[in-house]
Amino acid sequence: MKKIVKMLLVALLVITALTGCNNGGKEDEPKTIKIGLSGPLTGGAAIYGQAVKNGAMLALAEVNAKGGLQLEINMQDDEADSTKADTAYDELLDWGMQVSMFTVTSGAGTGVAPRYDEDHIFALTPSGSATTLVYSDTKVYETTFQMCFSDPNQGVGSADYIKEHNLGTKVAIIYKSDCVYSTGIAQKFVARAGEIGLEIVFQGAFDDSSATDFTTQLQGAKAAGADVLFLPIYYEPASSILKQASDMGYAPIFFGVDGMDGILTMKGFDTSLAEGVYLLTPFAADATDDLTVHFVTEYQKAYGEIPNQFAADAYDVVYALYQALTAGNVTYDMNAQTIADIMIAQFTTMTFDGVTGTSVTWAANGEVSKAPKAVVIKNGVYVNAE
Amino acid sequence: MEKMFKKIFDKKHISRTVSYLIVIVGYIIIQLMMNTVGIKNLFKSLLVPTCCYIVAALSLNLVVGVSGELSLGHSGFMSVGAFAGILVSGLLEPYLAMGWLRLLIAMLVGGVIAGIVGLLISIPVLKLQGDYLAIVTLAFCQIIKSLLNNIYLGVDNNGLHFSFVQNKVVLSNGGRMLLSGPMGATATTRLATFTAGFLLILFALLIIYNLTYSRFGRTIMAARDNRIAAESVGIHIRNTKMLAFVISAILAGMSGALFGLNYSTLQPAKFDFNLSILILVYVVLGGLGNMTGTIFATIILYVLPELLRGLQDYRMLIYSMILILIMLVTNNQSLKEKVEALILKIKTRFLKKGSVAND
Repeated sequence: MKKIVKMLLVALLVITALTGCNNGGKEDEPKTIKIGLSGPLTGGAAIYGQAVKNGAMLALAEVNAKGGLQLEINMQDDEADSTKADTAYDELLDWGMQVSMFTVTSGAGTGVAPRYDEDHIFALTPSGSATTLVYSDTKVYETTFQMCFSDPNQGVGSADYIKEHNLGTKVAIIYKSDCVYSTGIAQKFVARAGEIGLEIVFQGAFDDSSATDFTTQLQGAKAAGADVLFLPIYYEPASSILKQASDMGYAPIFFGVDGMDGILTMKGFDTSLAEGVYLLTPFAADATDDLTVHFVTEYQKAYGEIPNQFAADAYDVVYALYQALTAGNVTYDMNAQTIADIMIAQFTTMTFDGVTGTSVTWAANGEVSKAPKAVVIKNGVYVNAE
Repeated sequence: MEKMFKKIFDKKHISRTVSYLIVIVGYIIIQLMMNTVGIKNLFKSLLVPTCCYIVAALSLNLVVGVSGELSLGHSGFMSVGAFAGILVSGLLEPYLAMGWLRLLIAMLVGGVIAGIVGLLISIPVLKLQGDYLAIVTLAFCQIIKSLLNNIYLGVDNNGLHFSFVQNKVVLSNGGRMLLSGPMGATATTRLATFTAGFLLILFALLIIYNLTYSRFGRTIMAARDNRIAAESVGIHIRNTKMLAFVISAILAGMSGALFGLNYSTLQPAKFDFNLSILILVYVVLGGLGNMTGTIFATIILYVLPELLRGLQDYRMLIYSMILILIMLVTNNQSLKEKVEALILKIKTRFLKKGSVAND
């Protein structure tokens, strides 16, 4: 008899754990706008997820302190994996997400973008830069928007910068072949280099299984006489490349894009190796405008480190969402679909000033328009390269 | 009729009956819950991948448990099946509106192609044994991943366009990319359903149990337990093992196709070495040759990390600790004996009651 009672209790527990709690219907009046977010908090890209989380939480505290519309953010771990992001999306739906900050990485976002479109939930990604987040071959996702540059723009911007500032004449590229982000930028860079007459002397690829030893690619670049090495990759392999290049006495100008951001805060990395590395980013922590100074000092106070571009993008996303939510007179009890319509109307017409750019606007397809900046690492900090 | 019942419930086949019962009862309960009280979206999204991993683990158990060869390339077969399935479904889309039929065709094609690849691989692989075999299958998994990472395939009004290593595919208006190298398949129409997953598990169980309980099953276990003795009585070792290997590849391919059609985007990098190991963990934890155990182990280990989401940053730490604990506990001999004693106790009590009732 006891056993039967026990079994019944266990079964009851399992059922309550599995079923949704939306059938109660006795929930209190909502007092916040629920914002969902998924990003890597564990695994190889965890620095990005953590930076986005920090930046978003900082902005959230500031926005809520204003006393106007109250926001709430729920961040789920997706390990930068598209199938995990799918599950994280469902978890956020269960939570009652009304607006979303989408995903931190491109690979994860590509998987869930069609779902945001189907369910008609507004999503603004801080750092998912692939175009596949905002449109596919056959359709434009209406509800998804980006805060960062799209990959093609980064590739084109980098090629233009290297050409205009005469950083070098012979360019080598090392990219990660199984990464949406890396190949996307590399292809556009090569295409743009061809148009503006920048000579590419070497292209080396690696993938996840060979992301620790780069001597072959570096030898190839060195033998080809490259004086600029373009690295459209994440900071983790980039740190190994910098180390191995220094070991073999090869010192070209290293040029990275936003994935290089985070290299200075990587644990166990000798930051002196990153001296003189250029990277294209919309955010420079040494800028002197009021917004940036305020953001950097507050961030340092809260987390004890200089914010990178991911934190800055996330900070801007929260403010941009807040601006649009307020301007659109969104109330707490609206459902996600109603809010999405209001947000789309706001984002395609509004102008936003933030730490990653001023007079930022969005196109109807969700891509952002703002000016890229190049920074160079000097004495362990980013300095505006202009 | 009586004979049939006897066959279902006799001692030899009881584990088979239990497997079927668990899967069917589980399916009915979940379906009932979905239609009455409703399940969280989170669990809904876990249903299909769990089914896929169960089938993959079952099929790997055929190779590792029944046939006794350590294969580390199982995710390779899933990958072949997944991308074959996605391609077929994508190509048929304009001509065939019925989703379930497309899913069925995709799964069949995925299975067949994975089976053909499995057959080709098994020729060199099965000349080896033990560690060497494991390493070659591992290499195979890497080869599949690298190949798929470099294939660009698009379709438009003029037909298929293909390029390798670098994307040179130019499509006319209205064309779409089916495979774009490392980005994999994007914008796939999601066709997979829980019912399809359930039927696939039943199908896999049917095939595996019928194989292992047949003459073929006995020969393959003989080949596993004592190669020389088996050869001396005239068993063709390589052919037997090859059959097990190919069937396992077919089932893995089918589960891969279902998995691929459950997501709108799938990258070849998903099916890496880690996934092979993960499936192997399910098999080892569930018990070599034990299909019921494999089903349970897969469900527990796949759903656990998602259940632990509430723990935030400590999620993966706790998960790995639980994994170590489970491995230690299930391998503990004295604990096993205690559990067996407990089962015996329950059995004898029930039997006693039964005999009383008969009187």
